Amino acid sequence: MHSFKETVKETWRFYRKTLSLVFTGSKEYYLWCILLLCIMGIGFLCYLPQLQIGLITTNMRDQVVWGLYISNFTYLVGVAAAAVLLVVPAYIYQFGPIKEIVVLGELFAASSIIMALLFVTVDLGRVDRFWHMIPLIGKMNFPSSLLAWDVVVLNIYLLLNLIIPIYLLVKTYYGKEPNKKFIVPLILFSIPMAVTIHTVTAFIYNGLPARPFWNASILAPRFLASAFCSGPAIIIIVFQILREYTFIKIEDRALFKIAELMAYAMFLNLFFLISEMFKEYYSNTIHIASLKYLYEGLHGHNLLVPWIWVGTIMNLIAFILFLFPVTRQRLSTLNIGCILIIAGVWIEKGPGLIIPGFIPDPLGEIYEYIPNFRELFISFGIWATGFLIFTLLMKVAIPIASGEFSHIQYEREISPLKMKSESN
Amino acid sequence: MRKIFYYFIFLAILGNLSLVFSKEIQDEFPVPPPPFSEGIYPCSQCHASMEINRKRRILNEHTNIKLQHAETMRWCLDCHNPENRDKLRLYSGELIDFGRSYLLCGECHGNIYRDWKAGIHGKRQGYFSGGKRTYLLCVHCHNAHSPQIKPIKPEPPPLKPKEIRNAR
Amino acid sequence: MQGRNFTRREFIRNFSMATFFGLSFPFLSSCGKEMVEDFLQKHFLEMTHEEKELIISRLEERYFKKYGKKFTVSIQEAIPNTLWGYGLDLSRCIGCRRCVYACIEENNCSRQEPQSQWIRVIRLRKGSLINLEDSEHYYNPDYVPEKEFIYIPVQCQQCENPPCVKVCPVHATWKEPDGLVVVDYNWCIGCRYCMAACPYRGRVFNWAESNVPKDKWNLSVHYLGNRPRMRNVVEKCTFCIQRIRKGRYPACVEVCPTGSRKFGNLLDPQSEIRYVIQNKRTFRLKEDLNTEPKFYYFFEA
Repeated sequence: MHSFKETVKETWRFYRKTLSLVFTGSKEYYLWCILLLCIMGIGFLCYLPQLQIGLITTNMRDQVVWGLYISNFTYLVGVAAAAVLLVVPAYIYQFGPIKEIVVLGELFAASSIIMALLFVTVDLGRVDRFWHMIPLIGKMNFPSSLLAWDVVVLNIYLLLNLIIPIYLLVKTYYGKEPNKKFIVPLILFSIPMAVTIHTVTAFIYNGLPARPFWNASILAPRFLASAFCSGPAIIIIVFQILREYTFIKIEDRALFKIAELMAYAMFLNLFFLISEMFKEYYSNTIHIASLKYLYEGLHGHNLLVPWIWVGTIMNLIAFILFLFPVTRQRLSTLNIGCILIIAGVWIEKGPGLIIPGFIPDPLGEIYEYIPNFRELFISFGIWATGFLIFTLLMKVAIPIASGEFSHIQYEREISPLKMKSESN
Repeated sequence: MRKIFYYFIFLAILGNLSLVFSKEIQDEFPVPPPPFSEGIYPCSQCHASMEINRKRRILNEHTNIKLQHAETMRWCLDCHNPENRDKLRLYSGELIDFGRSYLLCGECHGNIYRDWKAGIHGKRQGYFSGGKRTYLLCVHCHNAHSPQIKPIKPEPPPLKPKEIRNAR
Repeated sequence: MQGRNFTRREFIRNFSMATFFGLSFPFLSSCGKEMVEDFLQKHFLEMTHEEKELIISRLEERYFKKYGKKFTVSIQEAIPNTLWGYGLDLSRCIGCRRCVYACIEENNCSRQEPQSQWIRVIRLRKGSLINLEDSEHYYNPDYVPEKEFIYIPVQCQQCENPPCVKVCPVHATWKEPDGLVVVDYNWCIGCRYCMAACPYRGRVFNWAESNVPKDKWNLSVHYLGNRPRMRNVVEKCTFCIQRIRKGRYPACVEVCPTGSRKFGNLLDPQSEIRYVIQNKRTFRLKEDLNTEPKFYYFFEA
């Protein structure tokens, strides 16, 4: 049994070794990190005037109070929730090829949640007062406010998606068996948590009768369906990249299984869209205004119309590609389908959901919101932050998961040095 | 004993009756003085020495007054008392000061008069409780001879959202 | 190998820490004490009376330093047994917007760059009052009223079931005992969820620092009402809380040239607003949303 001092020393050693993993790599790795750091830098520079002058530096106004930031936030919460789609086949259906990559998928979810939280942070007017939202220290309006719920569940999900992979990785590093009684309940708990985070995010919009576009009961199911299409699509592409550049082994069978589950989600996504459109167009009340603005244009304002049609067509083509095994189980068409569904769902769930909720506004005014370049660069900066965090996590996690970086290796490396210092 | 008792009953009834009758005429509201034009009041400074001509006609004097107030059915001397121009004349024949002209307006505009007494017709200013409650005369907002509120130029519209910018 | 790793790691660690402190120095040094005080300020409802007095004197000092004017900040509480109600006579509103600008003057709203208005007058074609989609906000004819149109001024309706209070994540907005929905500007985090939730667009956001001409400040302010506000917080009509708790009419009521605006205490059977509800035909906007607004629109019976 290790004493406390020994454990601390070992943790410190582990930390220093992971740092060396992070700071050494191939040329492409350095270029990628520097590129991401540059984008993050530009994003940060664009954020500073927003803090100093105020949110007037964005294009949001009283009529459209949530724009690009909250669109990205909604999308990323969905992407994070989708990591659970890996956990389900691995642990419930005991599908072997996926079991190894669950850890990587959960770290991916953690990066997405961090991005989502960053988007909310840049959207806040007074970030210096963030502590007002911390329960017990501030004055959180729980359980009445859905934003308060979101803060709680997102942070719990982030903790879960950090604790589980780090625990598993540390155990793998030391070559020890993880304590099943501790870790498996946590893993299984992350399944309802994933559903919860996205449902709570949906309820943020759903509970507002002032916005008839969002006040439809189908919003939460739509969110879950579209999340389970787009998130795994990013995972499929990212894992192929990882397979290319590192020693991790990911079988094609694993990717095809994920794609199969995605096909169901895509069908539901399209079905829910058709349900929404029937209800609005057939009932034809005045509340159709927002949907009309989105798909047809309203009183001559039609900025979002080409975007949403492109997005919907992309979703449709992706569904067809995923529906037939001949295209689903061929990597080239699978990748095309993934890219289409990622972009399509982003358009439908991001700007295609948030902006029409505010058009027309409660007093009937139409203000067509387009993000300005500052908002765009800040958004790029946050995406770059997420990619960088994920890259660094993978740089540490993959060597550990593949057995290349383990304590036994480390012991072998330092034992000659240890013996040398002892003999001196 | 009985006589004194009946006498008191009689006095009480008389007193109450007088209250009932005088109530209508005693309507007092704390209004500011009427907005006369310069030097026009008291009217008797000219009219006391003039002849009374009750013939309905277009006047050669007071040409700045254009009557647009049921002008086909009435004319000046239906409201202004012909004998004493410093007073207005109610339908009952009673004469009232210009400072209580609301009684005259209320004769035809009963609904509005009722609302005005309750405090919900017209401009509200000052204190609604704990201070001086102000009432305005009808003529403070409405020109008695042409009472319809004239159209006015509106204040500028708000800026469109795209036009809202920062000083810097 | 180990030695080289150490030096590189240590260099990166020292460099990043130096950058972090270097960047945060401007944030820490400029008006540092003020920022710390603001940062640690408690929620208004949790302060004791002494703490509130302290905050007021601090604010008055700060306003004097910043604007050169002597403000009197009041924290007058709700008068017991009052529930404020508002009446608006749609048969008499001529859409002149005098109320909008009187409100701006009274409540120290930003005039230009950026412009912030709490009241919005909308113009609707006669015959259609509920479908606000055909409303015109930017009408600017030579004379009002125009023949074919009705004008409806809209401001915060001071709902009894306010959706904005329900959704605020930090309790920065609440309903006072006299029915007013107020915002603690020092607690608001600027997330704008309340603005998304309001069905009447009653709330506006301070997108940048307020721009009020030096000589136009209204110096008699209330902490929850018209005091000078900072950027990136939400604000709204408070029925002129600084006036009504002293018995005066709100500024918009006083300035209306046609007397279309009525105000009073809904709990007082003798009040003007109760007379209006009793004797006129009143309705409220979007009643199907069950927000129970206390802003009654009416026509002549």
